[in-house]
Amino acid sequence: MSNFSLYLLVPLAPLLGAILAGLFGKVLGRAWSHRVTIALVAVSFFASLRIFQDVLDGHTFNGAVYQWMTSGDISLEVGFLIDHLTVLMMLVVTFVSLMVHIYTIGYMEEDDGYQRFFSYISLFTFSMLMLVMANNFMQLFFGWEAVGLVSYLLIGFWFKRETAIYANLKAFLVNRVGDFGFLLGIGLILMVFGSLDYATVFASAASHANDMAPIPGVSWNMMTAICILLFIGAMGKSAQFPLHVWLPDSMEGPTPISALIHAATMVTAGIFMVSRMSPLFELSDTALSFVMVIGAITALFMGFLGIIQNDIKRVVAYSTLSQLGYMTCALGASAYSVAIFHLMTHAFFKALLFLAAGSVIIGMHHDQDIRNMGGLRKYMPITWITFLIGTLALIGTPFLSGFYSKDSIIEAVEASGLPVKDFVYIALRMGVFVTAFYSFRLYFLVFHGTERFGKAHHDHHGDHADEEVAADHHHGLAPGQKPHESSWVVTLPLVLLAIPSLAIGYFTIEPILYGSFLKDAIHVIGSHPAMAELAEEFHGPAAKALASVFDSTLWFAISGVVMAWFFYLKRPDIPEKIKQRFHGIYTVLERKYGFDEFNDWFFAGGARLVSRFLWQFGDVKMIDGMMVNGTARLVGMCSGIVRRFQTGYIYHYAFSMIIGVFVLLSIRELIG
Amino acid sequence: MTYLSTLVPAYAEIFLLVMVCAILIVDLFVTDPNRIVTYLLVQLTLLGCALITVSTYQPGVVHLFHNTFVDDMMSDVLKLLSYLAMSMALVYSRHYLMARGLFTGEFMVLALFALLGMMVMISASHFISLYIGLELLSLSLYAMVALQRDSAVATEAAMKYFILGALASGLLLYGMSMLYGATGSLDVNAISAAISHGVENKQLLTFGLVFIVAGLAFKLGAVPFHMWVPDVYHGAPTAMTLIIGSAPKLAAFAFVMRLLVESMQPLMMHWSGMLAILAVLSMALGNISAIAQTNLKRMFAYSTIAHMGFLLLGVLSGNIDGYSSAMFYAVVYVLMSLGGFGMIMLLSRAGFEADNLDDFKGLNQRSPWLAFIMLLLMFSMAGVPPTVGFYAKFSVLQAAVNAGHIPLVVMAVLFSLIGAFYYLRIVKLMYFDAPESHVPISMQPDSSVLISFNGLAVLLLGILPGNLMAVCAVSVQQSLLLH
Repeated sequence: MSNFSLYLLVPLAPLLGAILAGLFGKVLGRAWSHRVTIALVAVSFFASLRIFQDVLDGHTFNGAVYQWMTSGDISLEVGFLIDHLTVLMMLVVTFVSLMVHIYTIGYMEEDDGYQRFFSYISLFTFSMLMLVMANNFMQLFFGWEAVGLVSYLLIGFWFKRETAIYANLKAFLVNRVGDFGFLLGIGLILMVFGSLDYATVFASAASHANDMAPIPGVSWNMMTAICILLFIGAMGKSAQFPLHVWLPDSMEGPTPISALIHAATMVTAGIFMVSRMSPLFELSDTALSFVMVIGAITALFMGFLGIIQNDIKRVVAYSTLSQLGYMTCALGASAYSVAIFHLMTHAFFKALLFLAAGSVIIGMHHDQDIRNMGGLRKYMPITWITFLIGTLALIGTPFLSGFYSKDSIIEAVEASGLPVKDFVYIALRMGVFVTAFYSFRLYFLVFHGTERFGKAHHDHHGDHADEEVAADHHHGLAPGQKPHESSWVVTLPLVLLAIPSLAIGYFTIEPILYGSFLKDAIHVIGSHPAMAELAEEFHGPAAKALASVFDSTLWFAISGVVMAWFFYLKRPDIPEKIKQRFHGIYTVLERKYGFDEFNDWFFAGGARLVSRFLWQFGDVKMIDGMMVNGTARLVGMCSGIVRRFQTGYIYHYAFSMIIGVFVLLSIRELIG
Repeated sequence: MTYLSTLVPAYAEIFLLVMVCAILIVDLFVTDPNRIVTYLLVQLTLLGCALITVSTYQPGVVHLFHNTFVDDMMSDVLKLLSYLAMSMALVYSRHYLMARGLFTGEFMVLALFALLGMMVMISASHFISLYIGLELLSLSLYAMVALQRDSAVATEAAMKYFILGALASGLLLYGMSMLYGATGSLDVNAISAAISHGVENKQLLTFGLVFIVAGLAFKLGAVPFHMWVPDVYHGAPTAMTLIIGSAPKLAAFAFVMRLLVESMQPLMMHWSGMLAILAVLSMALGNISAIAQTNLKRMFAYSTIAHMGFLLLGVLSGNIDGYSSAMFYAVVYVLMSLGGFGMIMLLSRAGFEADNLDDFKGLNQRSPWLAFIMLLLMFSMAGVPPTVGFYAKFSVLQAAVNAGHIPLVVMAVLFSLIGAFYYLRIVKLMYFDAPESHVPISMQPDSSVLISFNGLAVLLLGILPGNLMAVCAVSVQQSLLLH
């Protein structure tokens, strides 16, 4: 098979799966639906592996597949750019997707929308692959919007739940804000470069570095404007402050997609995009500083929120936000490869954590409240050990994958030459402590301590007569019932994800960060020395892990773990006291800094106010009353008159033809 | 032998003529219950024609029969599409006609004769052959409309069609004779050469042109030569309407190309002004009148008038882009009208015509798939992306803008906007109104599969319009440059 058809196969196989499961799901039945989609995603994964080898041999590709349309001088194409960065993303996406597909068999077992779910996640895989394989902004935007659409569909997967509908609408609207910025950025690129092709744009980027943006009243550097607009898109998709509000609510969706879309892949699209655009971002220190500050705020302040959450998935969601903040900081420090490296390790361990959380949720019969758990270790051994691995990777335990990537980010920020780096550096170091604290709080509350499940704590247990509520997935264990380990389709992906979570950092840090792996895909200019400095201090992965003992970062993490142990296992009464003592701070955290209220009041309320005016006056009176109904009435009247011409008498018809000839004759006279 | 081999480009026509005669005789010995034999023979004949046209394809332009017959890429493409359109029309019509006792050998033989007429028109490079083709087509169509002898409406429609058609033929012949007087020839290429060398009496030339344009306008159904269209479309049995409304439009396009473009390109300034008036009037009257119709066949008739206005807009742009976009428009229009009338016939049953707007109410509840197909067809007629109707309109408008006809384009867009109303009204009826009838739809396997393909083709060609557009562009280019 030629390379070209291999490239096509990677995105099209999941698309075929989505079509089959989506349109013919009823015909195929449940079992065949998952067999078909899993087989096709597996095809996609193995094709990606093949391409990976190919790329390692030096066969990169950049070219158009199909010309969609041309408008003026602009040609819109579907095209692939296959280089090291792309192929890395392809592997991560298809691998995690494959795991999630398998896991879904167990998780969605009893759900009515089984085939629909498989169709959506395959469609997501297609969209994400189109996004990462794009060689032009147009296709990037297509993939960008398509993953957004699937995310919307999946958050609202249980569309009978009020909260799910609210959450997917919220995600949709917040992403609109980001996408608007993104689109404006693409528009500016088109204006400046006259092309949407990556290669063309990047090649002439440097020559436009000092252009001024045509914004009246302010003198902005064109590159800064473009990069910040593009980054606003990334803020929406990668849930960066202050567009982060949709991600925690997105946990209303089924857990497999929380793992796939809202942890491992889609939310990292922004990170990927900025890395891809490194030739542009490198030209604007202002944009890079902006990126770094936003990342730092997200990393630290979203971590705080994780501490007080009681929903197992929401804790993991806030930790995702915080980790995305870390990646963004790496971008700001011009350490794009580090961001991609953390993206990859994070994809593995965060997907693992989500899927393990899902396994806990299955074991707890869809009770997600960690206050009702505890001591699950002996009931769910595989889930326990894999969750522990994921947690250790997340907090940055030496030798585990998360350690290498996160530690590199902190070092990169330290080495960055940007003026904001001190603030960012401190925020990230504190973030390490916070991460360790909330992660182990979650771990201890779920797997250790006293068994708090099986108490009659659900007040809506009475209304089970209505089976619709059963589909609502709020069961919980009945008194006396014990949680149980999940079936192999659930635990197999956990084990398969635990392996890279443990080891991938150790083995890949050298090629990805310091080798030539991403050299061609990522462009760093000389005045941004972070990566160069890191390379000097790097003496192999083992040495790095051992050296961390003398670095305070590790001790921040350890103290977080110890504190979590002390608060939640040793003296469980202390958190309650702190809560009462620092009531104000607690309330601020519980209300998530008030962003939701503010958005509801200012944006939603304000929009409603403006809309009401536009509706009552603009729409009802002006547009509907005068213009639409007015013209419709006018056209209707004309129509009534015109139809009378058609009398049915043949001599009238003949007469009209003769008149026609006269009209044509007179035109002839006019033209001469 | 050598003479026969020079006839290769006309093999398809000869084969069709032989087969029609054969079918005429075979049909004598077939009883009504076995009429399917004739039908299958007809379909085989169409397939045979297609195979012959494909296998005898050769690049370049060949003239035959003393320059009265031309074989170029445009003629091959249009002929192939005509076979396809005719074959689809027959598939759609079979059950409809059987339920009404009209599924006779005469119908099918007339359809094939009409097709032969179209092929002659498409390949004509001489006014005589053009006229013969046109008359063969028209006479077959008159007879087809009148085939339902016991229906007063149908006979009335046939009568009107015949008389007005005779008038139009007279106008056309008169115009041709003027041209002969001015240039001394009836050969398309000779006329073109004569005009570009300059003729003595230009008045005579343009005078003849007026009558030729009038004849053409009648064939296309452009305002004010359109009066026959609503009555004939409405009065004729739907199967005949389908045949009148589909493939002949391809022949009419060829007719326009041969008469105006190939023979009178130097007079473009004159005829494009005339076509502009016809186009604007057609788009205006077609779209506005369609709104007031409650009968779907009548509504489609007016919508045809409006579509023909669009087609003229492409032609009057007077450049290769314009002609190829007009050809694309004609092809797309044929595809859409096949689907539209096919749908009416699919929903009809013995003793019931589903040709009122009310019959489409709540179609979604009765058959979601058919409703979806109809939705695609209506979107395409209205020109909503991503259906192919959008690209057809878009390319015509683009050509017209490039040719500098901005006011015409603005009017075309406004009238299409008005036109969108009545197409979308059908969508609204299908999806948002309660059905009036709950009689189950009898889905015939052949026609329902075909209509699915028809509807999906409208969508697929809309997503990937490139190939069809390229074919149109190349064939127009070849025919014009090599002449």
